[in-house]
Amino acid sequence: MIWDVHAHLAGTGEKTPEEAIARLIVAADRMGVDRLVVFMGDPWSHDPSPADLTRQNDQVLKALEHWHHRAFGFVYVSPRHVEASLREIDRCVRDGPMLGLKLWVAQRCDSPEADALVRRAQELKGLIFQHTWIKAQGNLPGESTPMDLAALASRHPGASFVCGHVGGQWELGVRAVRPFANVSVDLGGGDVTAGMVEAAVRELGAERVLYGSDVPGRGFATQLAKVLGAEIDEAERRLILGENLRRLLTPILRDKGIET
Amino acid sequence: MIDVNVSLSHYPFRRLPGDEPDALVARLRRLGVTEAWAGSFDALFHRDVAAVNARTAEACRRHGDGLLRPFGAVDPMLPDWREELRRCQEVHGMPGVRLHPNYHGYGLDAPEFAELMDEAGRRGLVVQVAIRMEDERNLHPLLKSLPRTDPSPLIPLLARPGRPRVVLLNALRTVTGEPLRKLLAAGDVWVDLASLDGMEGLRKLVALVGVEPLLLGSHAPFFVPEAVHLQFQESALPADQAEAIRRGNARRVLPAG
Repeated sequence: MIWDVHAHLAGTGEKTPEEAIARLIVAADRMGVDRLVVFMGDPWSHDPSPADLTRQNDQVLKALEHWHHRAFGFVYVSPRHVEASLREIDRCVRDGPMLGLKLWVAQRCDSPEADALVRRAQELKGLIFQHTWIKAQGNLPGESTPMDLAALASRHPGASFVCGHVGGQWELGVRAVRPFANVSVDLGGGDVTAGMVEAAVRELGAERVLYGSDVPGRGFATQLAKVLGAEIDEAERRLILGENLRRLLTPILRDKGIET
Repeated sequence: MIDVNVSLSHYPFRRLPGDEPDALVARLRRLGVTEAWAGSFDALFHRDVAAVNARTAEACRRHGDGLLRPFGAVDPMLPDWREELRRCQEVHGMPGVRLHPNYHGYGLDAPEFAELMDEAGRRGLVVQVAIRMEDERNLHPLLKSLPRTDPSPLIPLLARPGRPRVVLLNALRTVTGEPLRKLLAAGDVWVDLASLDGMEGLRKLVALVGVEPLLLGSHAPFFVPEAVHLQFQESALPADQAEAIRRGNARRVLPAG
């Protein structure tokens, strides 16, 4: 069982959300990926307006219409627009099919504005995916580091977070989130650097490590190789490839009456 | 299968799974690799390049039963680099050299690089150019200003008589699209797949540049070597194209040893 926590619609080369997700599924089928978590639409915006958020979330909803048996959605929100983001959470998660939140680079996630979004996600038992990176040349102004996410997670011990890209510089990322058991790490979206999975498993435990690809900007092949080629045991591999994500999503799936 | 991009010794900033020669060879064999072109991580920072090359040649002799073919390090900014090139070929029997321009502080527009190309061409050596080793965003803080290697100055050099065969390593996130197509159409130049990424990336790459300039390269053990092999599955490439990339094209660059 392979569940992918990190997929996008933008960049497939297709014109519509329906065509984009169909393309994703073709490649997923070739690689044995059973389920995708999809978030954000096309085109991307570093600092989306409320209208951008709605438009992109509409695209994901459209993509999910015919693929709800293969894909889940997370609602794209921004701490820069708290009220609009709360409305989007209600529309797409509370009243819609989505299962979590996606926060990107509009504002660092340790800002107090993120708290309201996290509280609403927690009420709904949703998973919160935060992009993170520690860039050698410096982050974007609103781009979060794993340390920012650790600060947010420490304020919300009952919420479940995913640290996107393991922070880019994964040796630092795993250290930053290590004390916070409510933070898992997403392996997707970086080069196929050997040793990353082994380090994450050693420092966090396999239960906190999630396979993600960041398709279509990255490939299923390269990102799966991180897990399939890692020197870990088979039980750990199964957790990372899908069992962990299913466990994290089970509370909200159960509330929505969705069988997996 | 021929993997044109592996490295021996230890990466300067971390130990890697499978970074001892026997472990690397065993892993490559499991993936079906029968020949691997091996440089050395030591080439990035060591100034005693002669010692690096002697160790690379010795490691290839002692490990892998002929699977590893050594590629020497040459830095054309160091004094008497021609002697290094000579030793690579005449003493160590290396079929080619691997360059690291950004780590060694020159661009491909440097006159010293053109001289090295001419000399390698005269000797019939293959020249591998490592365009990068690691995602720039993830570099050690002391290397955060490491320059990017721009491969475009190669184009006029590839038109010169007596040019060597050139293999670009780890280039496919640095140069893409039309500039890549133009570069690969410029002469005897190939590119390895190690840094190729993106959904169905290999299918899209073949559509852009054709099959002929593409070589299987893993950048192991820095990268997980399974990655490049799984790309064929994701892109569902026809068998003849896959065979060319996995072996046939590399054999045209470098005959069997």
